[in-house]
Amino acid sequence: MGWRTLTRDAIFANLVTRTTNGAALHSPTDIETAWPDAIFRQFRRVGIRQVGYVPDAGHSRLIALCQADPAIADVVLTTEEEGVGLVAGAALGGQRAALLMQSSGVGNCINTFSLLRNCGFACVLFVTMRGEFGEFNPWQVPMGSITADVLRLSGFLTYRLDSADDVDEIVGAGCDMAFDGNLQVAFLLSQRLIGRKQWTR
Amino acid sequence: MLDRRDFVRRLLIDRGNLLVVSGLGASTFDVAAAGDHPLNFYMWGAMGGTAMIGLGLALARPDRRVAVLTGDGDMLMGIGSLATIGVKQPKNLTIVVLDNAHYGETGMQPSHTKSGIDLPAMALACRFAHARAVSRSEEAAAVRALLHDGEGPIFVSARIKEEDVPRVLPLRDGHAIKQRFIAALNSA
Repeated sequence: MGWRTLTRDAIFANLVTRTTNGAALHSPTDIETAWPDAIFRQFRRVGIRQVGYVPDAGHSRLIALCQADPAIADVVLTTEEEGVGLVAGAALGGQRAALLMQSSGVGNCINTFSLLRNCGFACVLFVTMRGEFGEFNPWQVPMGSITADVLRLSGFLTYRLDSADDVDEIVGAGCDMAFDGNLQVAFLLSQRLIGRKQWTR
Repeated sequence: MLDRRDFVRRLLIDRGNLLVVSGLGASTFDVAAAGDHPLNFYMWGAMGGTAMIGLGLALARPDRRVAVLTGDGDMLMGIGSLATIGVKQPKNLTIVVLDNAHYGETGMQPSHTKSGIDLPAMALACRFAHARAVSRSEEAAAVRALLHDGEGPIFVSARIKEEDVPRVLPLRDGHAIKQRFIAALNSA
């Protein structure tokens, strides 16, 4: 299998090239590179092979890293609950998958999450938070303020990430718990970590 | 119009290594009635998610053929999945919608297809390689051939009779269904 032949450094280098060309990476703010790169390194370590996502500014670098990796099938979704089915199907076929979404998308998934608990499918879910620290758009607040509770009620272990320094360790530990124990684990990437969405520039 | 039990039985005859995902309700009962098999993943809930399980499985196992058998209500609830599948273009995936134009599990209320909403046309618009509607039992052999050899993604709307057939209940324990499927796939 050739999926380990492209080194992580090569993928980052490729991403930088594509970014310089303006093709791969678009974000409305200056997105941090440390935390998405740390998550991607964990994806490589635990062997994530499918990544489902709805396009999102906060996740844009991590999405671009996954798209640049030939070992990962990146699956753009029309709505977040499609990703829950994707995770289950991947697991039936022997592959590990990850989901990336905004906090608003968590609400879209609630009934479909039952699939994960009913069957014991491992799931790692990365949620960029809206509707909290410094949120400009009040319409994001109702869902953002209940996201952690919704995930807990849906059976997820949830870990909140406020500092880039914690991402590698917590994501690594959470991924191991999910895949070693067929558990559902969510990582809440706080608005302080991601950076506030800049509306006025 | 097709007899749903007879049609599904014809699709799954001599199924070989075919991987099958069945949608909640009558589709799961039809697949069970055709003969329980460890490479059946029976859905009992998570309505709208069946086609996407098929996609995840098809991407994970490009060496195997994957068939999703589900109802019109489940397909409509996850209709965006057609666009998502169209983006990925899995050659080994076929979706068969057992379309009676009604929600059978809740009392046979009409579904959108009853009003002429055209699922195969939607699949073609979503870049499925092949899409067709079938309504005669003689066409089952051709659909079966598509499941095994067609270049996907393929979409088939099977127009079945509006009838209530006896329930055939397979395993309900999701962990058991999953583990049995994975064990069989790893050993075959």
